[in-house]
Amino acid sequence: MSTTSLARGVGTNAARRTPAARLQDWLPRLVVAPSFAVSLFFVYGFMIWTFILSLTNSRMLPQYDFVGFAQYARLMVNERWWVASTNLVIFGGLFVVICLVIGAGLAILLDQRIRQEGVLRTVYLYPMALSLIVTGVVWKWLLNPSLGIESMVRGWGFESFQFDWLVDSDMAIYTLVLAAVWQASGFVMALFLAGLRGIDDNILKAAQLDGASLPRVYWRVVMPCLRPVVFSAVMILSHIAIKSFDLVMALTGGGPGYATDLPATFMYAHAFTRAQIGLGSASAMLMLGAVLAILVPYLFSELRGRKHG
Amino acid sequence: MDNVIRRRTLGARLARWAVYAVLVGMALFYLLPLVVMLLTSVKPLEEIRAGSLLALPQAPTLAPWVKAWSEACTGMRCEGVGGYFWNSFRIVIPAVAISTFLGALNGYALTKWRFRGADLIFALMLFGCFIPFQVVLLPMARTLGWLGLSNSTAGLVLVHVVFGIAFTTLFFRNFYVAIPNELVSAAKLDGAGFFRIFWRILLPVSAPIFVVSVIWQFTQIWNDFLFGVAFSAFETQPVTVALNNMVNTSTGVKEYNVDMAAAMIAALPTLVVYVLAGKYFVRGLTAGSVKG
Repeated sequence: MSTTSLARGVGTNAARRTPAARLQDWLPRLVVAPSFAVSLFFVYGFMIWTFILSLTNSRMLPQYDFVGFAQYARLMVNERWWVASTNLVIFGGLFVVICLVIGAGLAILLDQRIRQEGVLRTVYLYPMALSLIVTGVVWKWLLNPSLGIESMVRGWGFESFQFDWLVDSDMAIYTLVLAAVWQASGFVMALFLAGLRGIDDNILKAAQLDGASLPRVYWRVVMPCLRPVVFSAVMILSHIAIKSFDLVMALTGGGPGYATDLPATFMYAHAFTRAQIGLGSASAMLMLGAVLAILVPYLFSELRGRKHG
Repeated sequence: MDNVIRRRTLGARLARWAVYAVLVGMALFYLLPLVVMLLTSVKPLEEIRAGSLLALPQAPTLAPWVKAWSEACTGMRCEGVGGYFWNSFRIVIPAVAISTFLGALNGYALTKWRFRGADLIFALMLFGCFIPFQVVLLPMARTLGWLGLSNSTAGLVLVHVVFGIAFTTLFFRNFYVAIPNELVSAAKLDGAGFFRIFWRILLPVSAPIFVVSVIWQFTQIWNDFLFGVAFSAFETQPVTVALNNMVNTSTGVKEYNVDMAAAMIAALPTLVVYVLAGKYFVRGLTAGSVKG
C-alpha cells in the first residue's frame, strides 16, 4: 500500500519494512516485556493478592470468605501489634536520628584533610557488607550479661557496672538501636562525605574570609547545601527501619516475651508460625502503607529531579 | 598574618588532636565486634568463661571453626554450616547472573531505544525496589507451590531474580542514560541491529556498572534472610538461616566460640568482596541505596 510504495521510493528504507526489520523495531519492547510482566505480577499482583487475603479470615491456608476489614479491626485491638508499632516508632526514630548525627559528624571530621582517610572510611563502612544476621549474632554475644561487655568492664574493676539490656524487657529495644546504628551509620557517613565533596570549595573559603568560624561555616553554609543528602538519608533509614526483620530475629528473637517485636516480625510470626494468615496480611498491608507514606513524596522528587537533570 | 599563624599553632593543633581522637575512637567502635568475633572463634570454651572479651587467646585453636563447618547443630541436624555455605552459592550465582543480565538488557532497551511508555515502565518497575517484602511473602509461597518450586533452590533463585531486576535495571538504566546517543544513532543508520549495537558499543564500556551490579546483587542475596527462612527447607537453606538456627538452638552447652566461627564463615564472602572491591560496593550502595 502507500507505506510500502513510500518505503520503496526512499530506497534504503525499503530494508526496514521487511518482517525481520519490523521485528527489530519491536525488539526493545520484547526484551523489556518479560521483566515488566514479572514486575506486574510479582509486585503489583502480589500486593493486590495480599490485600485480598487481608479481607478474609484465612488461618492455616489462604481461603476466600470475606470478612471485610475485620482483620484490621482485630489488629487495632491487638496488644502485641501495638507493642510492635510503638517499638517501630522508638527504634526507627532513634535509629534515624543517631545515624544522622554520627554520619554527619564523621563525614565533617573526615573532610578536614585527614591522614589515612581511606583506611578510616573502609573501617566505618564495612559493617554494611555484613548480613544483619551476623550483626545480630555478634552483638548478642557482646551484650551477653554474664560473659560480654558487662563482665569485661567489671573485670576492669568497675564491679557495679550493669549492662544487661538484652534480658531487660524495657531496655531490649535499645540493643536493636545500638546494633543497627553500628551497621548503618558508616553508610550515612559515606552519603554525607559524597555530599561534602560536591560543595564548591570557594564558598567555604569565602565564608571563612568573611571571618566566620569553622563550626559556624558548617552550620550556616554547609548544612543547608546538604539538605538533599539529609532528605534521602532519612528516607533510606526509615525504610530500613520499617523493613527490619533479620536483626530482630538474630539479636532478640522478638523477646524477652514479645518486648522487641517489630511489625515485620509480627507479620512473619502470624502468617507463618501462628496460622493467622488473614491477620498477617493485614499487618503487611499496614507496613506497605507506612513505606508508601514515606516514599511517595521521595519518589516524586527523585523523578522530577532526574527530568531536570 | 601573624595572628593566623599563632592560632594555628596553639588552638588548631589541639583541635586537630581532638579530631583524630574522635575518628580513631569511632574506628575502634566499628572494629570491636569484628575483633571480638575473631578472638572468640579461636579460644577454647574454658578461656571464654574465665577471661574477658578482648583477652588474647592463650591456647589458640581452630577446633571451633572445624566444628562450625562440619559438626555443629543447626536445628535438628548436626552437620555444621558448611553445606549451607555452598547452598548460598548455589542460590547466589545463578540469581546474580540472571538478574544482572536482564537488568543490562532492560537498561539498554529503556535508554537507547526509547519507545513510547519507556519511562512509565521504568517507574513502575522501580517501585519494586521499595516495597516491604512482607507484602509479597504469602502470595509468593502459594505461587512457588503451584510452580512446584516450594523449598527448592530453583525457587529461591526465582524469587531473588524477580525482586532483583528492579535494582539491576535501575543501575544499568542510570548508567546507559549518561552514555551519548550519537554512537548508537550512527550505528542504527549503518543498519546495525538491537543486539549488535548492544554487543559492540554498549557492552565494551559497561564493565564498571557490571561490577557494581554483580557486587550489589551478590551482597543482597548472600545476606538475605527473609526469603531464605520463608521459602527453604532444611536441605536448601542459605547460610544465614542455618547460622540463625544454630545460634538459637538451645540444646546442650552453649558454645560461643563455635557460634562466632560460624558467623565469621557466613560473613567472609561479602567481607572479601568488600575488601577487594570496596569502591564499587559504595557506588552500588549510593545508587541503589533505597534498599535496607
